[in-house]
Amino acid sequence: MELTIILFLFGGLFLGWSLGANDAANVFGTAVGTRMINFRTAAIICSIFVILGSVVSGAGTTETIGKLGEINALPGAFACCIAAGFSVYLMTKAGLPVSTTQAIVGAIVGWNLFTGSQTDYSILSTILATWILCPILAGLIAISIFSLVKKIIMNSKIHILRLDAYTRLALLLAGAFGSYSLGASNIANVMGVFVNISPFTDIKVTSYFTFTSTEQLFLLGGLAIAVGVFTYSKKVMYTVGNDLLKISPLSAFVIVLSHSIVLFLFASEGLSSFLTSINLPSLPLVPVSSSQAIVGGVIGIGLLKGGKEVKWSVAGKISIGWVILPLITMLISMVILYILKNMFDLNVIF
Amino acid sequence: MLNLKNNKLSLFGSTKNLEKNIDEFVNILSEVGLSFRSIVKRYLSHSTDENFEAMLEKVTEMESRADTITKQIEHALYEETLIPDSRSDVLRLLEHLDELIGMYQGNCYHFSIQKPDFPEEFHADLLSLTETVVDCVESLCLTVRAFFRDVRSVRDNAHKVTFHEKESDIKFSALARRIFNSNLELDQKMHLRYFVEKIDRISDQAEDIADELIIYSIKRSV
Repeated sequence: MELTIILFLFGGLFLGWSLGANDAANVFGTAVGTRMINFRTAAIICSIFVILGSVVSGAGTTETIGKLGEINALPGAFACCIAAGFSVYLMTKAGLPVSTTQAIVGAIVGWNLFTGSQTDYSILSTILATWILCPILAGLIAISIFSLVKKIIMNSKIHILRLDAYTRLALLLAGAFGSYSLGASNIANVMGVFVNISPFTDIKVTSYFTFTSTEQLFLLGGLAIAVGVFTYSKKVMYTVGNDLLKISPLSAFVIVLSHSIVLFLFASEGLSSFLTSINLPSLPLVPVSSSQAIVGGVIGIGLLKGGKEVKWSVAGKISIGWVILPLITMLISMVILYILKNMFDLNVIF
Repeated sequence: MLNLKNNKLSLFGSTKNLEKNIDEFVNILSEVGLSFRSIVKRYLSHSTDENFEAMLEKVTEMESRADTITKQIEHALYEETLIPDSRSDVLRLLEHLDELIGMYQGNCYHFSIQKPDFPEEFHADLLSLTETVVDCVESLCLTVRAFFRDVRSVRDNAHKVTFHEKESDIKFSALARRIFNSNLELDQKMHLRYFVEKIDRISDQAEDIADELIIYSIKRSV
């Protein structure tokens, strides 16, 4: 493999790292922040399941991202990833929970605009619609699960210590599910732009199983996410768990579970084809934002408790961040593409 | 804290042990109360005879066991970082319940050492006061158990504690008044009042703990 290819792939790996550092904190942040699960356990479980989700179920959302902009040159993909990673970093610095999903979509649209490629507006509007649907759905699911769990706990008269043990186990399972869904949903952000130009070749392991070039890319992206989890997510997890909001371990479980369900709903090819087979409308396979799902879940529980605890000014600020991020990323990606094309004389499109 | 090394069984195993310890602690509190009632009865009928001392010995053993359990629970809660959001409340609760056991034990020792001379005319009232105080702590035991298992019924049980505490205050005032209206010497009056007051303080402490439990249960409500 050429050195330049490796260099360009680093763009995706950088984005993977930032996804591991920030988005993964959404999955285990509340559990680690409330000291229900230690960081090492969370990091190991998260890494394993993110990689599994990426390799096993990452294809569905990647197809959608691929349709949004068919980036066919490595420098172009590199520019998109660097722009997305950098803008996520900027927003994180500003204290706004954003996701790589919004960033990469902005970056791809930027690439389309810069190269004069056609943006598929039906795909774009589907993605934008999911950004509104995702937090609402997460909130509704959180409300339903919380009401059900509360009823069960109140009627079962379970001992506080046993409830604590069950909550830990539930947080771990929901976290594993959330990590799997995060990998399945968001690997498209990290490696989606490289799929059409993958430098890998298919490896035939047995006559029944071939390790495709896309799966190899996803494995690499999954590993980058895992590195992000181990090296940088600890601080973010404590921020999510302690500073951002004060929630009980049980609420934390409900929020993580609803987040995981939403991510899974928008990522599972199996579920999508099952719903289609029984003539039910299926959700589009789109990489949704884990931050949006978490915020939706938190607001849902806040509303269930009367809405007094919800800081609407903060919620408004976060929403503005969600609008600004794709626009900023779009501009940054166009600037990087301009630099690569005019200063380094690289082809950003073939 | 949940660790990968811990399997599911050991996690729930240690939880079960802790549950048992907490239950045993509350049992001790209840039993010490019942023993205290028997001790007061025994003292009034036979003063500090062998039986009285044997009962006192039993209370001391129970108090010592309660101390051991408190330490075990404290260590387990901190070492395994269990119930992070209620840990400080539970530890404070156990500390205050332990003080209650100490108050019972202290009263028993005061009877043993100071041997107050209660004339027979006050026996019935003193026993009645003791009975109410023990009932008050019994209701507290139910409140404590409710806090751990059925947070919704904490308030109902705590209400019973308050009821008994008020009863106890009324009985204390009536008895103290009767003592000071009697023809006893002032030093004896003061001595008897000291004992009556010490017994009544147990229910005051029980009510304070019940009030704390209401706050803890609000914090605990999911």
